[in-house]
Amino acid sequence: MRINKLGLAVIAVAATVALSLTGCAASDGGNDNIVSVNGSEPQNPLISTNTNEVGGGLILDSIYAGLVYYDEAGTPVNDMAESITSADNITWDIKIKSGWKFTNGEDVTADSYVNAWQYGAKLSNAQLNSYYFDAIEGFSYDTDTELTGLSVVSPTEFTVKLSSAQSDFPLRLGYSGFYPLPQAFFDDPTGFGEHPIGNGPYKLESDSAWKHNVDITLVKNPEYNGGRKALNGGLNIVFYATLDAAYADLLSDNLDVMAGIPDAALTTFEGDLGDRAVMQGAAVFQSFTIPQRLAHFGANEEGNLRRQAIAMSIDRVQIIDKIFNGTKQPASDFTSPVIAGWSDTLAGADVLTYNPTKAKELWAAADAISPWSGSFQIAYNADGGHQGWVDAVTNSIKNTLGIDSTGAAYATFAEFRTAITDQSIATAFRTGWQADYPALANFLTPLYQSGAGANDGQYSNDQVDALFTQGNSAATLDEANKFYQSAQEILLKELPAIPMWYGVTNGGYGTKVSGVKFGWNSVPLLHSIIKQ
Amino acid sequence: MFSYILKRALQAVPVFFGTTLLIYFMVFAMPGDPIVALFGDKGVNEAVAEQLRARYHLDQPFIMQYLIYIGGIFQGDFGTSFSGQPVGAILAQTFPVTLRLATIAVFFEMVVGIGIGLVAGLRKGKLFDSSTLVVSLLLISVPIFVIGFVLQFLFAIKLGWARATVSGDATFSELILPGIVLATIGIAYIIRLTRSSVIETTGQDFVRTAYSKGLSSGRVVRFHVLRNSLIPVVTYLSIDFGILLVGATVTEGIFNVPGVGRTLYQAIIRGEGPTVVSFVTVMVLIYLVVNLLTDLLYAALDPRIRYGK
Repeated sequence: MRINKLGLAVIAVAATVALSLTGCAASDGGNDNIVSVNGSEPQNPLISTNTNEVGGGLILDSIYAGLVYYDEAGTPVNDMAESITSADNITWDIKIKSGWKFTNGEDVTADSYVNAWQYGAKLSNAQLNSYYFDAIEGFSYDTDTELTGLSVVSPTEFTVKLSSAQSDFPLRLGYSGFYPLPQAFFDDPTGFGEHPIGNGPYKLESDSAWKHNVDITLVKNPEYNGGRKALNGGLNIVFYATLDAAYADLLSDNLDVMAGIPDAALTTFEGDLGDRAVMQGAAVFQSFTIPQRLAHFGANEEGNLRRQAIAMSIDRVQIIDKIFNGTKQPASDFTSPVIAGWSDTLAGADVLTYNPTKAKELWAAADAISPWSGSFQIAYNADGGHQGWVDAVTNSIKNTLGIDSTGAAYATFAEFRTAITDQSIATAFRTGWQADYPALANFLTPLYQSGAGANDGQYSNDQVDALFTQGNSAATLDEANKFYQSAQEILLKELPAIPMWYGVTNGGYGTKVSGVKFGWNSVPLLHSIIKQ
Repeated sequence: MFSYILKRALQAVPVFFGTTLLIYFMVFAMPGDPIVALFGDKGVNEAVAEQLRARYHLDQPFIMQYLIYIGGIFQGDFGTSFSGQPVGAILAQTFPVTLRLATIAVFFEMVVGIGIGLVAGLRKGKLFDSSTLVVSLLLISVPIFVIGFVLQFLFAIKLGWARATVSGDATFSELILPGIVLATIGIAYIIRLTRSSVIETTGQDFVRTAYSKGLSSGRVVRFHVLRNSLIPVVTYLSIDFGILLVGATVTEGIFNVPGVGRTLYQAIIRGEGPTVVSFVTVMVLIYLVVNLLTDLLYAALDPRIRYGK
């Protein structure tokens, strides 16, 4: 008798718990034309001037149309812009197409752009992309100011006055920071970040389209009239905690398009997917930086010799083969092969080729100036999968130069970046750059110009700065690129960063979709995917 | 009985303050500045970073940050994540999912573990008994992520019987595969626990008495052997339930389950103090409740145990 009562009690408790937990029922409807793609939970509210990472960027690029967009090759194509012209690379006249609307019915006018940019640049709004507007006249990093360089001429025309000549300004305008924002945003910025309203090829399916940490569903915006008209019914961007989980879904045809391949599958994915595997160049540059404040690595003869010796003592080809299964490309400059102006024939680029004999000679020459002592370490963040290649690189240096060399791990990215930013780090450290817009300048000026935002090694060279300025004010991009290449030839001698390799875009797609292409920035061109 | 429950509930109060303070301090002491990490590789705009620190109270001394946080909790505000979502909403969204997952896992542990353990214990030394010992040893020694990946590959990718990952709704049927993975190690322990406990009970006088009374062996096993063997198993199961509720990070990662473990892991990586502390605090409270329930369950199982008057 007793046991029955107990058994009943257990079952009753179990049943109540179970029932109380099954709040929601499955509701997978028949939306067959919705393409699913992997993404990650946005780190910030979905506001164009405050999104600087790929998770949020993928969504914003789908729901907004800016002045230009980038095609597969990274060439800017006018989206909302009618024309972008300048006589002197300082004052730019921008005309936009009329008749465009945000999905809440508001017209997209010159004001939508100017107000968004003013908001993004204003210091007290604390927008992560504020630095994007620093070329515009009136920008300040220290106080709240107006961008005096922006003025509205008519609802379809505005002018932008820059504080100095920038030949690649139109190239930047496809970046998400430059998207327009509707009045609805300024009325309620907090609510807007949760329910963004755009003017692009897609819009949010409903008010509850963004399920945090789960997915976001976008549907085709029929009113969008630009060059990125969606060929599918919509997108389901699924947030995965790991690439491995996404890859399992891709293999079981639960996921249509995947950007990135997990490390564990790098050797097998081309076999698994056949011609549905994607591998192409990426606008990603990876390096490590030896700050000039370190002993023996100053901005002098000895420092240059040592940096060159280290650059030559690394067998990039073998490391790429062994550690990355060939999914990187050895660096021959400071940019990326997918960018116009990239070169593998710069004078001095041989410093990036493995040459143990020459490396030893250079190191010995440096020792003649001041004898080496101590250990050469490269720091990295342990949460980013960098240990393998850092160990391989330091081993290569150790074996070639006969000095002690090891990796130095920081537990998290936050800890690592803090040590770099406050300059407390006392070793070399890994660095990398993913381009915001497809231009040589974007790989160079933010990293190596004196005092630039991402100049982690505090490098400074007047000659390089002068060449950057000349490049910025050149009349054409080709002309500008010549200056940037000359600047790189100096960089190859002084090596403010030791170039390692270029990233490669890996990805794949399922059997239900076709027309999958990946853009210059490693992101699939979602609008052109067709689902059966 | 009720005074006992009340006493236990009161004990939870200092535990609540102690854990929140401790966890908050640990997050605070974590090296690295989460605001710097928000800027990625792109270089930090110091003025903007200052504004953000002020917004998340990160510019305040530790004790002020903690008091602001605790003050918020008593007004029902658990703080906000960097993506602007209230932590309370994240809690409400993820805990039911993990609770469902843990329930499924414990269900499998109970049915499979006790069932096999009982049979093995009754047939001590026979082939069935020795083979379950080998299999359970195998399950205990294989790491859970191996089991997870293998079952995922087999059942989802090769055979297509289940979804490889869990959808946003995380329904019961989708959670069965991850639930089994989560249950495997527990099953192995419960088999062994039940088996040895059954063997011990079978040798007791009251079991012999029951047999000599002329009861059928089915009745003896059900009413005398099994019931008296369950106390250590129930202890293990409830502790395991508590652990499953808070520690399914690996399995949740493999099957992309939008539950507590995955969210907490991400929050730790991003250095989101309020999210981490709120999650851990709720975990501690759940653990306390599960513990109390276990103690009460003893009384039901064993009439010799009585609480209070």
